[in-house]
Amino acid sequence: MKRHLSCLATALLLLAGCASTPTRNPTLYVQLGGRNGIAAITDQLLDAFARDPLVAPAFRHVDIGLFQTHFTDYLCQLAEGPCRYTGDSMAEVHRGMHIDEATFNAVVQDLITAMNHQHVPVRVQNRLLARLAPERKDIIYR
Amino acid sequence: MKLLARPGCLLALALPLAAHAGDGRLLATGGVTEIEGSAGGGLVPWAVLAGYGTREQSGATAFRTRLDLPDYRLDAWGAAFTWHNRVELSAARDRFDLGTLGQAIGDPGAALRQDVFGAKLRLAGDLVYGPLPQFSLGVQHKRLLDFTIPHLAGARRDSGTDIYLAASQLLLGAAAGYNLLWNVTLRSTAANQFGLLGFGGDRGGRRLVGEGSLAVMPDPHVAVGAEYRQKPDNLSFARESHASDLFVAWFPCKHVALTAAYVSLGPIAGLRNQRGWYVSLQGSR
Ligand code: HEM
Repeated sequence: MKRHLSCLATALLLLAGCASTPTRNPTLYVQLGGRNGIAAITDQLLDAFARDPLVAPAFRHVDIGLFQTHFTDYLCQLAEGPCRYTGDSMAEVHRGMHIDEATFNAVVQDLITAMNHQHVPVRVQNRLLARLAPERKDIIYR
Repeated sequence: MKLLARPGCLLALALPLAAHAGDGRLLATGGVTEIEGSAGGGLVPWAVLAGYGTREQSGATAFRTRLDLPDYRLDAWGAAFTWHNRVELSAARDRFDLGTLGQAIGDPGAALRQDVFGAKLRLAGDLVYGPLPQFSLGVQHKRLLDFTIPHLAGARRDSGTDIYLAASQLLLGAAAGYNLLWNVTLRSTAANQFGLLGFGGDRGGRRLVGEGSLAVMPDPHVAVGAEYRQKPDNLSFARESHASDLFVAWFPCKHVALTAAYVSLGPIAGLRNQRGWYVSLQGSR
């Protein structure tokens, strides 16, 4: 019985090993289609927000043009692209919005919808989501 | 208690209770339902709680499973309710059709039935977010309804309580770009064949067993993986070994999950290695 358990542990370690093999090039920025690709994802995201009853109310009074630019810059920088996001930190931007877990996940789902619409491959989507996930703690319940 | 003894009733109770049901968690993060009624894989309870409710919401699931083996058949059904993604309560009925063995003992329709009442507490962590896995502590109280055959086989008791600690984590993009889900469960149990052959025996009683699951998600709607589960081996008359499976679970939406698996339970009550197809349907709200 012990042998089987250590076998499973080995399999886990092997998989973890695969996970950490470098996939440096190309950059996520390139995989997302450069700044134009990211801007198109942001446009789709805004469409998805408008149709999402959990998210739409939060954006009612937001300058959508400004958000479009800032959010695209933000993703572009996060994806190692040649852009600079000049806005405030995630904690400051979302302070006082009282975003709960469900609303956060709704935004994640809208982003997935937007990326599907732009035919972004699942593995590239996961790469972007993995970089966004650590921001959650600065965005929810603030 | 009489009412609770019927898993179907709990289902009827739980679904209206979930009137404030929410589906704020991400797709597939409620897992499916394992044969003892807890949220998990097919054979192993995971640290995830049933349904899709967040800390502000409640969720519920109902499931129906069939496993066809060369000499037996296992049917399972039940329901689970989760409060605020903190506590999961579940009830399930397992019916193990004795098939070949039933004929051999001159009772062709013979079956072993047990009820499993489960509770699971999420201790810490989140399946998807944060550096730590999600940790949960669970109990499964099992009551065997048909004890004659297990007693003849040497089982000591007709009821028992399993206690388990589970850790689960979904790692975004960790399997060559695809999402990887891992789960490890440690269980203290005296159950023979999950409890269907009673509890304890001449070879021993309660012991610590290990269980694990590993899955890759080629797409947010699909999980493909394997599970492994140790079992105690308490009966000289009916030796047993570990159980394992290969599975595919499909989550077309947050309300439905369909799982197909090829399961191996090892020898059961003296009959050869039991391997067969497993199908399970889960509804959530
Ligand atoms: C991964 C999650 C998220 C990321 C990376 C993110 C990122 C951003 C960024 C970069 C901005 C632009 C800030 C600026 O204009 O300088 C922004 C603004 C905004 N975000 Fe988020 N956000 C996330 C989740 C959410 C959620 C869940 C909500 C709630 C529905 C939300 C609501 C807003 C609103 C309303 C604004 C506009 C603020 C304003 O211009 O007044 N965000 N977000």
